[in-house]
Amino acid sequence: MALDSKTEFKYIGTRPDRPDGMDKVTGKARYGADAYAPGMLHGAVVRSPHAHAKIVKIDASKALAMKGVKAVVTRADFATDLEGEDWDLLENTIAGEKTLYDGHAVAAVAATSALIAKDAAKLVEVEYEILPCVTDVDAAMADGAPVIRDGAADHSVPEGLHPNVVRYTEFGRGDVEAGFAAADLVVERDFKTEAVHQGYIEPHACLANLGADGKGELWCCTQGHWFVRRMCTALLGLETTQLRVTASEIGGGFGGKTTVFIDPIALALSRAAGKPVKLVMSRSEVLKASGPTSSASMNVKMGMTKDGKLTAATAVFRMQGGAFPGAPMDMTTMLAFSCYDLDNVHHEGFDVMTNRPKQAAYRAPGAPMGAFAVESVMDELCQGLGLDPIDARLTNAVKEGTKSSFGPRYKAVGLIETLEAAKAHPHYSAPLAENTGRGIASGYWMNWGGETSTSLAIGEDGTVQVGVGTPDIGGSRASMALMAAETLGIPYENVRVDVVDTASLGVNEPSHGSRATYASGLAVIESAREAITKLSKRAADKWGIDAEAVEWRDGAAHPSGPNAGDFTPLSIADIAGEMGSTGGPITGHHDASPTGFGGSFGTHIVDVHVDPDTGKSTVVRYTVVQDAGKAIHPSYVEGQFQGGAAQGIGWALNEEYIYDDDGRLQNDVFLDYRIPVASDLPMIDTVIVEVPNPGHPYGVRGVGETGITPPLPAVACAISHAIGHRMTRLPISPPRVLRAIQGKGIS
Amino acid sequence: MVEVNLWSGLRRFADGQEAVEVEAKTVAEVLQKLVEAHPGLDPVIKAGVSVAVDGEIVQRALNHPVQPDSEVFLLQQFRGG
Repeated sequence: MALDSKTEFKYIGTRPDRPDGMDKVTGKARYGADAYAPGMLHGAVVRSPHAHAKIVKIDASKALAMKGVKAVVTRADFATDLEGEDWDLLENTIAGEKTLYDGHAVAAVAATSALIAKDAAKLVEVEYEILPCVTDVDAAMADGAPVIRDGAADHSVPEGLHPNVVRYTEFGRGDVEAGFAAADLVVERDFKTEAVHQGYIEPHACLANLGADGKGELWCCTQGHWFVRRMCTALLGLETTQLRVTASEIGGGFGGKTTVFIDPIALALSRAAGKPVKLVMSRSEVLKASGPTSSASMNVKMGMTKDGKLTAATAVFRMQGGAFPGAPMDMTTMLAFSCYDLDNVHHEGFDVMTNRPKQAAYRAPGAPMGAFAVESVMDELCQGLGLDPIDARLTNAVKEGTKSSFGPRYKAVGLIETLEAAKAHPHYSAPLAENTGRGIASGYWMNWGGETSTSLAIGEDGTVQVGVGTPDIGGSRASMALMAAETLGIPYENVRVDVVDTASLGVNEPSHGSRATYASGLAVIESAREAITKLSKRAADKWGIDAEAVEWRDGAAHPSGPNAGDFTPLSIADIAGEMGSTGGPITGHHDASPTGFGGSFGTHIVDVHVDPDTGKSTVVRYTVVQDAGKAIHPSYVEGQFQGGAAQGIGWALNEEYIYDDDGRLQNDVFLDYRIPVASDLPMIDTVIVEVPNPGHPYGVRGVGETGITPPLPAVACAISHAIGHRMTRLPISPPRVLRAIQGKGIS
Repeated sequence: MVEVNLWSGLRRFADGQEAVEVEAKTVAEVLQKLVEAHPGLDPVIKAGVSVAVDGEIVQRALNHPVQPDSEVFLLQQFRGG
């Protein structure tokens, strides 16, 4: 769908109150754990304490004998004919022959109270035969490493690699050796990042009600309830449409709620007990057994001439995705050099299994790790050649028509505009205090369209209700209302937007890939246009003229000109008030898999102060510059920019999964797994750049994910400049900084 | 004929070719003709790929039109968060 010629907007670009704000600040908003049903039971999950073990026997007799216990389920209660990704999903949901990581579900109990369920879970006796384990990506690829699952590798893996390498990719173009030979400076570095969790505040929670007839309902916190429906029905052997899934309000997802963990278990318990079952994860369960992102081991080599032109670049990314295929090495490789115009480039990626939980998507999955390595080397090249880091990026920046490092040519994109805006920002030229360094980095996320279905209905008073299928994880209800209001020409306050259940619309992909405002927004605009066509027809019929002679503007039907006749305009309320007697309800609907999504580039500036005595790093100033295409609700866009930066800062400075030699997670609560809190962060300044996306009527680009890509390298470069030592391993925790300052290495 | 660019890891399934020419008017036909010409690509395509047509990345829009002079790239499957 092409960009409209419209450049003046009445509602888009304004900052009205968010429709969900009152409920959220008064505690009325209903999250996953707020669902209740008559006769409801509570579930608890039995989890493996071993990282890798054969399940010899499960004896639930003592648990079942406990008063109040109504059901126990194991793998035997799920579908048996699955293969491929569905089999992986089931194996991760509940273990079959082996447990594959610390916290892997083995069985589950339903009882009349949460306390009884927890006590009963402790009575389920599981006999294990402990197997050797591996949690580090490099160790998992080495000769002699324990094999997680033989035969898991797909067609892409060349012979001779360890069985834990399950997918492999390699691509590029040009002559990288000739390119490096033409460079005045070549820098090559190894990098490592740790696995980090999405850190959503709301744990996974659901209420399941499934009958023996295979019909059921599920209420859950999710980014995509159609995905939940498809996955759950596959794992339980049900017909897809017999399960109705309703998404609750969501307390953060960031990609981690695009899959299922406990929902199929709650449904299986409900089917076994014949009653509704509520299941809520503890924080420890969330950290142990829901998907963090991958950890990565990387090598990047880049060459540059003394005037700042990149001559060649290569990268190798080894990424572990837990005990299943799926580490996002494909996105890492495709996006690593996405900012730069390169004639000679080569990428290699390895997807490696370890005894860790199955990785899940996390905001721009795979991109931040690659950006950390590439932008750090870029920074070192600029430092070595005495070049301004923004000027050097401008020399190599991609623009419309540039052939991307992964192949296709870019359409209109805004990297150069973000670099120019960053250079012009007062932050970039502000003086630095002692022991403080400044980091610059750019990043990209290509965004996504996906299956989308929306509906819009006119109320009898001319107000409008909109139904969308993409859960609101970042303000999309306000954005949808603004786009509907703009298209219909009615006030924002006259539009109500609801995220409706799976029985109410066609299939919708989740709110992932930065697609909700783009794809659902585009469908809402088209739904509104369809409703306008119907409204105009009602006016034409009333006036006795052709529908083509009616023009819709400012929320009313007007004769399109003197030849159409002299009629008093009919407002949307006028037409809606009579619609029952002029042809019935007036609605609009749109279904699509739009492909005109436009990627978003961002450039970040950060100042970090390092205490030379303790190694503690403090972010003292931060500025995000990012291309939004067109900011529908600028406050929400700024919130996405700030959220991405905050999460990236946590990833860079503190967050990590720490396993002992037996593969047991050592920091499974927020006291030990340290996400940044408000007091750790400065006010994050934002600059919205608007280079319209040619594939959306109003120019929208998704903005949710790009913002987490530059912070890792930007923070690392700032610290490197502050202490005079290149930091190549995350998190850059105080002990690691202190070791670097003291010349003791950074491992 | 439409020229389809393969990522280098796929070239071993396509007789070492960097680009393969197929007769096709839609993305679905591109994928079908690729497999007919090079059956080794079948598991790759079944596992999921993205197709870029003139800079637009198409994953599920199999009916998306392709012109003889379109720039077509086979890409690894997109995964978002």
